Amino acid sequence: MLYYTLKRLGLAGLVALTVSFISFGLLYISSDPAIAMAGETASDADIEAIRQLYGFDRPILVQYFDWLQRAISGDLGKSYYFRTDVSVLIAERLSTTMTLGVSAITFAIVLSVPLGVAAAIRPNSVIDRIALFLSVMGQALPSFWFALMLIVFLSVSLRVLPTSGSDTWQHFIMPTIVLGYYAAPAIMRLTRTGMLEVLSTDYIRTARAKGLRPRVVLFKHALRNAVIPVVSLTAVQFGFMLGGSIVVETIFALHGAGFLAWESITRNDLPTVQGLILVFSLFYIVLTFFADLLNAWLDPRIRIN
Amino acid sequence: MPEINDKTLESQTKSSVFRRRVFGHQGVIIGAAIVLAAVLIALSAPLIAPHDPYSQDLLNRLVPPVWDSRGSWEHILGTDHLGRDYLSRLIYGARISLLIGVGAALISGLIGTVLGVAAGYFGGRVDMVVTFMITVRLSMPVVLVALAVVAIVGGSLQVVIMVLGFLLWDRFAVVMRSSTLQIRSMDYVAAAQAVGCSTTRILTTEIMPNVVNNLIVIATLEIAHAIILEAALSFLGLGVQPPLPSWGLMVSEGKDMMLFEPWLITIPGVALFLLVLAINLLGDGARDITAPENRN
Amino acid sequence: MSDRVLNVENLTVDIPLATGILHAVDGVSLHVDRGETLCIVGESGCGKSLTSLALMDLLPTKAIRKIEKLELGGESILGYSEREMSDVRGNKMGMIFQEPMTSLNPAFTIGNQMIETLRRHRNLSNDAARDLAKRMLEKVGITAAGQRLGQYPHQLSGGLRQRVMIAMTLLCEPELIIADEPTTALDVTIQAQILLLLKELQSEFDMGLVLITHDLGVVARIATRVAVMYAGQIVEEGTAKQIFENPLHPYTRGLMRCIPVPGKTKRGAPLGSIPGMVPSLIGDFTGCRFADRCELAGDVCRQSDVPLRDPNGKTQAYRCIHSIEMLAKGGVA
Repeated sequence: MLYYTLKRLGLAGLVALTVSFISFGLLYISSDPAIAMAGETASDADIEAIRQLYGFDRPILVQYFDWLQRAISGDLGKSYYFRTDVSVLIAERLSTTMTLGVSAITFAIVLSVPLGVAAAIRPNSVIDRIALFLSVMGQALPSFWFALMLIVFLSVSLRVLPTSGSDTWQHFIMPTIVLGYYAAPAIMRLTRTGMLEVLSTDYIRTARAKGLRPRVVLFKHALRNAVIPVVSLTAVQFGFMLGGSIVVETIFALHGAGFLAWESITRNDLPTVQGLILVFSLFYIVLTFFADLLNAWLDPRIRIN
Repeated sequence: MPEINDKTLESQTKSSVFRRRVFGHQGVIIGAAIVLAAVLIALSAPLIAPHDPYSQDLLNRLVPPVWDSRGSWEHILGTDHLGRDYLSRLIYGARISLLIGVGAALISGLIGTVLGVAAGYFGGRVDMVVTFMITVRLSMPVVLVALAVVAIVGGSLQVVIMVLGFLLWDRFAVVMRSSTLQIRSMDYVAAAQAVGCSTTRILTTEIMPNVVNNLIVIATLEIAHAIILEAALSFLGLGVQPPLPSWGLMVSEGKDMMLFEPWLITIPGVALFLLVLAINLLGDGARDITAPENRN
Repeated sequence: MSDRVLNVENLTVDIPLATGILHAVDGVSLHVDRGETLCIVGESGCGKSLTSLALMDLLPTKAIRKIEKLELGGESILGYSEREMSDVRGNKMGMIFQEPMTSLNPAFTIGNQMIETLRRHRNLSNDAARDLAKRMLEKVGITAAGQRLGQYPHQLSGGLRQRVMIAMTLLCEPELIIADEPTTALDVTIQAQILLLLKELQSEFDMGLVLITHDLGVVARIATRVAVMYAGQIVEEGTAKQIFENPLHPYTRGLMRCIPVPGKTKRGAPLGSIPGMVPSLIGDFTGCRFADRCELAGDVCRQSDVPLRDPNGKTQAYRCIHSIEMLAKGGVA
């Protein structure tokens, strides 16, 4: 188990490194950081001066390693726009995004897992049809449009929820729904398939033959095994949500990391964008890493070997 | 007689076989019909669009659709904030969505298939490298990177196709890899190798025909994915640029007026939803028909 | 507590398919007494497994079961609700399955799975249940039982897992155990051990044992009585001695011919085989189901359904229209 963990850790580090290198390359090659930093109204001389001062004329690899060195010690540079440390900037916005992400994934799970289980217990029944129908509908719904529709109905027509800002928990309801519904179909389908498979195994037959009560058979024996792949999927979906948060936070004016991403992209604030890409990918990598570990731990066949 | 358990019975009871065929059939039929309609509309846009989607008519701004009391048959779906006919823009918007969807899927399909088949067939180091590449790609926040690149390079139809094409190949790679691995372990491939067939020949005659089914299913799903992503990018202002009638852009342009002129965001949104739904139904149906056991 | 542990009369299992109704089990009647081992023999697909599942009311949901009488230890369990049946299963009536590798839940320890059975049916503390489980493991010949309780199924070999299954089934001291091909998936050497174990435990716990198998060797080792099934029906039944020494039904005789018997079968002589295939059981079927493969078959065989009869009253019954004398003359031996 320890060897397994170390191997995964090493791989994770390598992936993070590669991601940061690619994004750095993409950003700094395709744009001129000197101009981005100087702003549009600067003169050519100013731009040239900045270029020399910040070393933007050095080879890309050198610039990257420079950035990497500082990034490892927590210094992600200074935002061109906000003129503060990127790491500070991201840190203060991250809590909003995390709150949103956690409630969204919780919403998705609470919605999809029971539905998937119910659909699996009675295949081809009404509930099965409804579950599959909802999942097909959910996957086709563009999130930005769904968000706007919700705003029109819930905020304006019914006056039930606030449209923007992040002061109260009510502000998080619509964003949670919009961010969460997209992950729900995949989770529901995986739960359903997993349960269907598990329910037809020999050990479930044994459990019934032992006279165990149906609830015990379902929740203790079946779900325990069916849920293993769902854990991994949930982690992956949570990672994807960070990307989705850009749209959601922008529409609902929630000041989280996603909104920051949009702001810095439109302002060509390269250090912040690079910092955000690093943070988002690190999140995903760490999440999937822990999901893998959890997976291995949940299945005794992997844990004890 | 095969072993009788719940699974085999479920697939054989008269009513459930019938029901499943109809339901699955229904999905494919509906999906195919809508997609076909969309393609025809897109292709014949110049012929069927009542107006020029770009011509502005500032005297006739924000005219509601024909079912509203203030609407008229002149502009069946009303006009936008610049007086442009919405129906025409919707029709031409279909072109954009389909073009981007298919274009991005082609590029990502090519990249992903090459990588996936290579990884599955050659195994070893090649597989290690490709798997690593897939992991790296999955760890990158797609929307963020796409937005960033488009912001820097400048948004346009071609840029969006290229960016999406170079970012959405992961599912292709994963599925092609596992399909190839499966096929590769089959006896007839070993037989071909034993006879001395060249690698290229084996790839083209044994492997490819058998993975094509999965390829088609994934391709349809990725077309839908690309369409939604482009709409989101354009909505955020970092996709296709105005005055192009991208549906996502239309929603974005209409959102400031969405309370009093709701059709501005409803119509393109519904169009997007229907198109993506249809493509997904088609893809699901294709999967059910070719390999019902992969229902995942 | 009567001596007759199991009494089944006229069990039918029908399965509705897209193409018609599959009559998988037709008019099966069985009985098992305390201390008796009834072996149900037949080839794959003859309905023997479905019969055992029907007794436990564990059939797949689409299957339709019809029984006239179902008595366990003298009490009728027909018409029991699912809740009442679940009280019986694992408690008065236990079942051992064929695949020890997959019959235990990989996510829980042996101890956990054994204790849960005990605590479901008996009012025991965790410790008391654990003790009992440990002793039962030792009784089935598992050493280091205490350690085994904390292990997971994948850490045990197939033979060990089957012993665990047996121990688990015995925990509540059931009156009847149904074993569906318990040794088929095991090595030959382990097979013998497991069969011996079952026999010992049966006499120690004074239970009835129904053992389902396709292997006549197993039958020879362990059966008190035998029921031969073919195409969903019992075609012959009797004591083990009767069936082996004087098989009456052409199918049973055919089966006996297929096995080489040391001492009897001449070297170089061809082994018998039964030509043809099992008929389709979908839809209505009249007449003898073995007719197409039987050397003695005539038109009279196909005209109407053939009942199981015991003309000599010697507890050996067979389902054939021909008399015992005719069968002896027919030279099918």
